[in-house]
This record gives sequence, structure tokens and C-alpha cells, in this order.
Amino acid sequence: MTDFAADDSTPRTMMISRRSFGRAALALGAAAVLPRLSLAADRVIRVGFVTPQTGPLAVFAEPDAFVLEQFRKGLADGIDINGEKWAVEIIVKDSQSSSNRAATVAQELILNEAVHILTATSTPDTTNPVADQAELNGVPCITNDTPWQPHFFGRGGDPAKGFEWTNHFFWGLEDVIATFTGIWEKVETNKVVGALWPNDPDGNGWGDPKMGFPPVLAEKGYTLVDPGRYQVMSDDFTAQITAFKNAGVEIVTGVVPPPDFATFWTQAAQQGFHPKVVTFGKALEFPQVISSLGERGDGLSVEVWWSPNHPFKSGFTGQSSKELADAYEAATGKPWTMPLAFKHSLFEVVVDALKRSGDPTKPEAIRDAIRATNYDSIVGKVNFTTGPVPGISKTPLVGGQWSVVDGKPQLAIVENGAHPEIPTSAAMRPIGG
Amino acid sequence: MTDLLNAILQGVLLGGLYALFAAGLSLMFGVMRFVNLAHGDFIVAAAFGALLLVDMLGLPPLLAVVILVPAFAAFGYLGQRLVLNRVMGRDIMPGILLTFGFSVMLQNLMLEGFSANSRRLNAGWLDTASLPLGPFQIGFVPLLMFTTALLVLGGLGLFMSQTNTGRLMRATSDDAQIVGLMGADRRHLFAIATAIASGVVALAGVLMAIKTNFDPSSGSIRLLFAFEAVIMGGLGSLWGTLAGGIILGVAQGLGAAIDPGYQILAGHVVFLIILVLRPQGLFPRQRP
Repeated sequence: MTDFAADDSTPRTMMISRRSFGRAALALGAAAVLPRLSLAADRVIRVGFVTPQTGPLAVFAEPDAFVLEQFRKGLADGIDINGEKWAVEIIVKDSQSSSNRAATVAQELILNEAVHILTATSTPDTTNPVADQAELNGVPCITNDTPWQPHFFGRGGDPAKGFEWTNHFFWGLEDVIATFTGIWEKVETNKVVGALWPNDPDGNGWGDPKMGFPPVLAEKGYTLVDPGRYQVMSDDFTAQITAFKNAGVEIVTGVVPPPDFATFWTQAAQQGFHPKVVTFGKALEFPQVISSLGERGDGLSVEVWWSPNHPFKSGFTGQSSKELADAYEAATGKPWTMPLAFKHSLFEVVVDALKRSGDPTKPEAIRDAIRATNYDSIVGKVNFTTGPVPGISKTPLVGGQWSVVDGKPQLAIVENGAHPEIPTSAAMRPIGG
Repeated sequence: MTDLLNAILQGVLLGGLYALFAAGLSLMFGVMRFVNLAHGDFIVAAAFGALLLVDMLGLPPLLAVVILVPAFAAFGYLGQRLVLNRVMGRDIMPGILLTFGFSVMLQNLMLEGFSANSRRLNAGWLDTASLPLGPFQIGFVPLLMFTTALLVLGGLGLFMSQTNTGRLMRATSDDAQIVGLMGADRRHLFAIATAIASGVVALAGVLMAIKTNFDPSSGSIRLLFAFEAVIMGGLGSLWGTLAGGIILGVAQGLGAAIDPGYQILAGHVVFLIILVLRPQGLFPRQRP
């Protein structure tokens, strides 16, 4: 307003020039808005995608470029909805591995880009803030790759009602406990388990005396040695190794970031601690980490959310699990990772829901289509009504063991107690055996 | 009791690593009153350099040291002559801001070049080898780091007290202007100090790459521990830096023996206690 007031005292010529400037600016602004309007007329569906491309979680986002390329190619001709052609545009935003940043970019996607549907993957730090923003703004949202308890209860979900706009598919804590103990049953041990649980949401969840590992381990006859929560990115694990050695621990488990595992595992060898079974979440999920351990990576075990041996195929490209992994390795020169299939399945489910939505301009129509999902994806069946709580679909979890062949890590399925449809590909063996 | 002694022993060895991290920082501060905030990131850069040499040229890790140390020293000399000397002066802020900028740039360059994956240098049998010592096991790598720290700090101490350049450096740190009047070239002396500090940084980086995983963003926590070691030991004192590193390592080891949650905290608490009781550090350099 102060600018207009100043105009009163300026000479006439100056005022004209300001006015004409204003008109020019107005025309410029209109020009900037116009393409957006014409886009809408051309029937474009905008899909927002939040992913941790940089920062400590970046390893999860490694398959992003490949998967997006696959879908952009596959969707180049648009999709048919109710007899009409709709183009699909995927808008990607980097969460920088921070939950605050994830919430900010989700807001940007909703308010500035006016996305029709919001998606996110990889750990509670990404899926939770994005889903919260979607719920707040009434935007349909699909997420995956976070165990369902931290995602659902972490956002204050009510198991009786669930959420209106947000849906999530992945496995849960109960699955990982069953898988880990399933792996351990296959090896002859003294059933003494050492736990390395850090002081972070995962470590506190897994080590929770009511909801986590401790009650199940006690019930199944295991002795638990839990030295306590430690601070992540530690340089020294002498205290834990000493406690494990004194208690005669033969099985070690935990959920730690890769650097911590490497430090722990090297120190364990230096200090003469040689457990028979080592099963870790998070750190051991990625072949890059195993290959950085060299020969010491051989025999370590982990939960497996997806592998090229899984008997599922993509409903979008028709590729089998094996074909998807091969295509990825051929295109990028990098070994396949588990998030690859989950990124793929995320967009599969999005496309399926959009196709069935009838009218993608109505958020309610997309919401109802997502709720009615019953879809065979590359990671198994996705159906948000059959989960433990509303809006959650559980995907199968099995147990795997790494072997290092000619310096290359290979993951074999060794435990499939809960999901016999996924075949095992090797027998579980103790480390060094 | 054995457990307690073991915790102390492993803490002392870990302290060697911290002292090595801190040596370059301590030297630069001692001579130039200059704080390099990018110190931790330079260590990580050296670690990535070692990874490149070992992965690309297939050199044994310890041979990478032979290439990296002179390369970093030369880089340090030129960097000091061409850039850092321009901000040296009474005001400490321009230097801090400049190196802060370096830190941000280095982190992002490494992120661009090496991705955020955490990496590790495989040293083969060396990784897991250990010496039995009574009831204890001493890992080769921690022992190697500790002896390296001793040699580096001892060597630096000798250099500073026995050589002409070393004496000039100490004189410069006392009063740069008077030394200038005596005909010494302060810019050259500063550059030599930075060159030595950078060589030590390269050494610390290679050893860190063998000892633990690292990623482009892991420099700041290294800087924090290095700072604590330098300040606990007393600013500008090289042996004090070793003592500071060991105190930090032992405090962390003992803290973890009580409860793993106290590991990092114990180090910080001891640092605070020393800061309150002896703000000048344990072995401050005597100044008039």
C-alpha cells in the first residue's frame, strides 16, 4: 500500500510509467498462469512423490531414477479413465532425509503444485510427515516402506477408525520378530541372544518390553542379553561385546545403521567374539553394506521384504521379480535392492487406483478407489481392507542369509515359515559353517 | 575388574584415534590461532581419496598414505598461501566463516561425487587381526592408530622444539609482527604449518577409513571430538591433545560399561567438568 501512497507525490510521467509497468507485470503474471490452466484442460493428473534423495537415508532412494523412468515411459500415452485419456505427471521432491523437510515439500506439492495424489516411501521420517499433511489437507495418499506400527501408531492412529485419506502397505514388527526367531530355530545354538538396539525410534520399538522382541523371546525360550540403548554412530562397542562374551551369547540381533554395524562387527572380531548367528535389520538390508564388509559379510542374516526369487510380477510392466531386478542391474550397473520393488509397487498401486477412480478431479473418487484396492503388485497383494487396522495392507516378510561369492554378496531366502508361497533358495548355516 | 580394565584399555586405544583427529587442529591453532571448521570434512575427504586410490588403482591401503599425505600437504600449503593467508589477522571471524563455507562446499561435493552411502576401506586381514595380551585382546588397527598418534604428536613436538622452522613457528604464534621484523616470512611459516596439519589430516583420514564407516556428512562429529580433545588438553599443546583424546576415549569407554546409553554423554560430561575446573585445559602452553 505504501507504494500507491507514494504515487500521489510523483510527477505525472513517472506515474504513467509505473502504471504501464503494472500492466506489463499483470500480463506477465497471466502468461505464467495460463499454461497451468491449459494443462488442466488437457486432463493431467499430478502425482506428488516425496523421497529421501540425499542425506543418511539416500541409499533407500537409489532406485528412484530407474523406477520413475520406467513409469514415465509406460505412462507416456496417458491412462484411460472412464473412456477419457489422462496424462500423468510425477513431481518428485527430496526430503533430504529430514522429517521437517518432508512435511514442507509435501505442503508445497499440495498447495503449489495442486497434486491429485500424494506418495512417499522409506522410513517413518518420510512417510509419516507426508501422510500427516495429506490427511490435514484432504489429499489422497499412498505410502510404503515403513513398518506399519511406527507409521500408524506413530501418527496417533485409532485402530477402530483408521485415517480418512492415507493408506500404507508394508510389514510390521510382529512379522520381523517371527522371521528372526524363525531364522534362529534353524541353527543349533544355546539360545542366548545379545541385542544391539540403539536409542532411536526403531531401537526403542524393537526393544520395547511389551510390544517388541523381549516378551516373544522369553516365551520362545531364549535368554536375552540387552546391555541397553546406545547412541547411534558410536566408535566403540567394547561394553556390549564384553557383556555378550560374558553371557556366552551365540546369537546377536539388532536394528542399527550400517556404520554402527561395521564398527561393531570389526571390533567383535578384534576382541575375539564369534557368534554363530548375526541377524540385523536396517544395516544388513543392502548389498552395498555387505560388500563393504568383504569376507566378513558372509553368513550374516536379515529380514527380506522382496527378492528376485519372490513369485510376484508387476501388474504395470508385466515383469517378474527376476526380470525387474535384471532390468535394474542392466540399466544402472548396481546390484538390486529391496526398495526397488517397493518404489515400483507404489506407482503400480497409484496407477491402478487412478484407473478405477472414474473422475480423478474429485479427491473423494480417488480416495474411494484406493480404499477398494485389491491388486497383485510386484511385492504381493495389496488390499487396504484386510490389514490389522484400516488403511494398512501387509506385505509378506521372509528371512534371508548373505553369502559372499567371489567378493559379490548374494542373498538367499532361508526362512519362509509365514509365507510358504515364497520358496527358500538355500539352507540356513551358522557363520563360518 | 577385568572388564573394567578392558574398557579402560580399549578407551585409551580409541583415544589415540581422537588425538590423531585433533592433531592437525591443535597444530593450526597453536601456530596461527586459527580454527579450521572444515577439519572434519577434510579428514572425510582424505578417507574418500584413499577409497579412490584403493578401488581404482588397487593399491594396498597403507600405500595410499604415501600418495595422499604429500598431496594433502601440497594442497594445504597452496591453500594457505592463496586463500587462508588473506583472512589471517586480529579478527578470528573471517577465517571461521571461510572454513565454514569450505565445510559446506566439501560436504556437498562429496555427496555429489560419492553419494550418501556410507563407505569403508577394506584392509583385508588387518581389519580383524588382534594381539592377545593376558585376558585382553588388542586389535591391530586400534593399536596402529594409537602408535601413529604417538609418533605423529611426538614427531611434531620434536619438530617444534628442535628445528629452526619449528622455533620460528612458535615465535610466530607468540608475536607474529616481531618475528616479521626479524626477517621471517610469516606467510610461508603459516603455509608450512597448514601443510603439516593437512598431511596429518590425510593420515587420520586413511586410518579412519579402515577403522570405521564414513559418509560425506560424518565430518562434523569428528570435528566435535577433535575440538574436545584439543580444548581438554590445553590449546596449542600437542601432548595435551594426546591426553585430551585419551581422556575422551576412556570416558566414553567407561560410560558405555555402565550403560551403552551413557557412552557419548560421558565424554561430553567429562569435557564439561574439565572446562569448568580448568578452562585453560590440562596442559596449557605457558604464555607470558
